[in-house]
Amino acid sequence: MASSMLWASRAASYLRISVFHRGFSTVLKDLKYADSHEWVKVEGNSATIGITDHAQDHLGDVVYVELPEVGAAVKQGESFGAVESVKATSDVNSPVSGKVVEVNEELSGSPAKVNSSPYEDGWIIKVEMKDAGELRNLMDSEEYSKFCEEEDSKH
Amino acid sequence: MDTDTQYGYDTIRIRRHGQTKVRECPFLTRFKACPVRIRPCRRRVRVRHQYDTGTRGFSPCWCFLGEKKTRPGIKQLHIEEQLLRTSSENWCIVNDGTNDPTVVMGVSGKPAELLEIESVLDDQVPVIRRFTGGGTVIVDHGTVFVTFICNKEAVPNLQPYPRPIMSWSSSLYSKVFQGIGDFHLRENDYVFGNHKFGGNAQSITKNRWIHHTSFLWDFNVQNMSYLKHPKRAPAYRSARSHLDFICRMKDYMPRSTFMDKTVEATETQFSLRPIQLEAIRTCLEAEFCPSSRFLTNEELEAAAVALQS
Repeated sequence: MASSMLWASRAASYLRISVFHRGFSTVLKDLKYADSHEWVKVEGNSATIGITDHAQDHLGDVVYVELPEVGAAVKQGESFGAVESVKATSDVNSPVSGKVVEVNEELSGSPAKVNSSPYEDGWIIKVEMKDAGELRNLMDSEEYSKFCEEEDSKH
Repeated sequence: MDTDTQYGYDTIRIRRHGQTKVRECPFLTRFKACPVRIRPCRRRVRVRHQYDTGTRGFSPCWCFLGEKKTRPGIKQLHIEEQLLRTSSENWCIVNDGTNDPTVVMGVSGKPAELLEIESVLDDQVPVIRRFTGGGTVIVDHGTVFVTFICNKEAVPNLQPYPRPIMSWSSSLYSKVFQGIGDFHLRENDYVFGNHKFGGNAQSITKNRWIHHTSFLWDFNVQNMSYLKHPKRAPAYRSARSHLDFICRMKDYMPRSTFMDKTVEATETQFSLRPIQLEAIRTCLEAEFCPSSRFLTNEELEAAAVALQS
């Protein structure tokens, strides 16, 4: 998928036409979503975090992921790292507060996993949550789908 | 509501710097009611259908036009990063490069892949890793920097993602270079024909973004020898050497014309307010830790050793 998108993007650039995004993004049911387009999968007190399919589609090919240190504190809504797509770094914000217990080291060698598998192999960090009540501030899959549609329709 | 049916339209009176300006409201004209979300009325105080649009109705933007080539590149990057992360204003900054040649890499740049490290170390060329993405440039007194730092709602209908922002900047510069040298955006570079003269880089936070461009006003051929042919090169480069790939902007446009036209083009998007460097400094918080930094000789030497092994 990433290579075909790259080919399409380069062809569009050569022909000087716009590249249109897909009209839909994958949204998984059991996850929670932030309005800055990160997802979180909660298992007990542990939260796995990544960016959504909508985000990776709009960012383009990810070439680098800046990961936090294990043990670093993260706060809901604040940046903990960044992804670099062509020419741009984009902050990745944590949907929950807590402490980083694991980072996805494989992204250092294979950052494209964020594009090809945003909800599985492309996970970014795992966090030991400080306050499970913060999940109330996040959207479920239906709310997030609607949020993305509204956001895309405004532009 | 004040109305003026002289021309067959319902109009509204707008306060602008204490003056009254009559402007057609298309919603009043067509629907006899105004839901107040049209471009001229973006900044509005609804008082009996009177709209305070500010100057031209665009988002305000501080504009700094640098005149002296005195600030090292790292200082400019620190200021830009701090404005991005701590200011809530919009900014347009135009500045010259440094006197001494300096290599500036993107956030993920690997020196061993991008630089002729031995030459860089021998000639003591400073190497900066900046906070934005993108490729590697060598900047000197012939480089001109233009930077936009904006809130995500500053430009109407612009999604805060890399491609829309790049496209928006391209449309702005199309006004600057209209009719000159077959200007266009080609795979994230500004080109005349198929020769690059401007490189772009961005950083996007939750509510703001920065887009900065380094323009090759002029360049020293010798400085290009510090750069390797990058692994991640645009397809249109077609494996050309640096000197065959790039061109000088001064061959297409006088510098004063570029500055004037850039300000003029920016004024079609923002309500510009001039500002001096000292005033910018007073806007900055004292405690901020920028991420852009010089690479040490030890880091460069380690990169060279790692490459050889």
